[in-house]
Amino acid sequence: MSAAPVEDLLARCVASWYPGATGVASAVRLSGGASQETWSFDIVHPDGHIGAILRRAPQGYGAAPARAAGLNAEAMLMRLAHGAGVPSPEVLHVLEAKDELGVGFIMQRIAGETIPRKILRDEQFATARPKLARQLGGILADIHGLPLLQLPELRRMTAAAEIAELARDISSFNWPRPVFELALRWLRDHDPGPSARETLVHGDFRHGNLMIGPDGVRAVLDWELAHLGDPMEDLGWICVNSWRFGEIDKPVGGFGSREDLFAGYEAAHGMSVDPARVKFWEVMGTLRWGVMCCGMMQRFREGPDHSMERAMIGRRSSETEIDLLRLLAPRA
Amino acid sequence: MQDEPTPIELIKAVADFLRADITPQISGHAAFKLRVAINALDLVMRQLSLQDGSDAAEAASLSALLGEQGSPADLNRILADRIASGEADLQTPGLKDHLWQTTLAKLAVDQPNYAAYKRELEAKLSSTPPSS
Repeated sequence: MSAAPVEDLLARCVASWYPGATGVASAVRLSGGASQETWSFDIVHPDGHIGAILRRAPQGYGAAPARAAGLNAEAMLMRLAHGAGVPSPEVLHVLEAKDELGVGFIMQRIAGETIPRKILRDEQFATARPKLARQLGGILADIHGLPLLQLPELRRMTAAAEIAELARDISSFNWPRPVFELALRWLRDHDPGPSARETLVHGDFRHGNLMIGPDGVRAVLDWELAHLGDPMEDLGWICVNSWRFGEIDKPVGGFGSREDLFAGYEAAHGMSVDPARVKFWEVMGTLRWGVMCCGMMQRFREGPDHSMERAMIGRRSSETEIDLLRLLAPRA
Repeated sequence: MQDEPTPIELIKAVADFLRADITPQISGHAAFKLRVAINALDLVMRQLSLQDGSDAAEAASLSALLGEQGSPADLNRILADRIASGEADLQTPGLKDHLWQTTLAKLAVDQPNYAAYKRELEAKLSSTPPSS
């Protein structure tokens, strides 16, 4: 990869495919770890600047985690979703070797909010909030309706495989967690088996990956965990209490009801919702987030960066334990 | 025996200093990290005040539930294994109550403002008959 500044490489790259572009400006790195970066920049054009986002994995950095779909697959999925009417940024360019920017893609920058507390509390979203659950139901139906034959190669997940993965993670922590064991046992006893309908699953459909405006959902982001599997997984994941940010009586993201989510889903393409499967995946998702919190603690302890934030996230696993008890062993 | 001030008093003094004197001088990402740091100190203080009582209660509850003696870590391992194997489940007398008590004790240290925890505490208070 070139040692030239990212802004210079972007300017050369953009000029090669955006007619009339004269350069780029305001390139700033937003986030990301060692293996993946997100940059915001403007494409300079005589007709006005165009806001853009670069998502890339610089060459020479470690392989993507086993669960990740890969940036080229993400770009393909976003293009398919955009084409099917899912609110989604337009993918403008998929990086090529000659761009010297690594692997990744450039997409349109969409204005909106992803911070949960703002979406749940700010006045500007007050009229959007009651409509979001139904709208998200429709969007999930669109995602699940994408033709399988057009999809990039993706990992295939089943409930049984997911349970086995969680069990392996939990035993690797070497720290007894009776509530997690109770949840694992419940999941094994209630595994509904492979879904009759296997579809694309977004895999991380929740606050943070949904860009919201005063008019409603503006974009579905971050397809990194996309896979093939039970479509009810996405409906269960967005109901996990960890994504309600205190609004615990509104199961869908702290803003809506399951009824609205399900109604929006079924109205879109006539595909039916299986509430028992959704509940199963909500339990699975709650446990998965708890396991992820424990994983953060492990990385804090073993990793070189000694991150205080990761350490503190480890102490959030007990939140999922009380959520699991409320789901599986409610008190009278 | 170590001298005074106690660890809780020292940590509280540091947390109060960071909160009152440093927070107003910091902005941006450092301000976020400072908030996390203060939260961590507050958590440690809660643990230092609550842990002796909750660990003793948990050890007694585990011994009664399992019919075994041992350290809390060993007993928790036995309980986790029995739940995993199906030997113990929610029908096992005392198990559900034990899991609730130990989980509530964790939340009291980790995240006392977590909405689900506060809801459970309210439910517990409203279901407790008033003492005469």
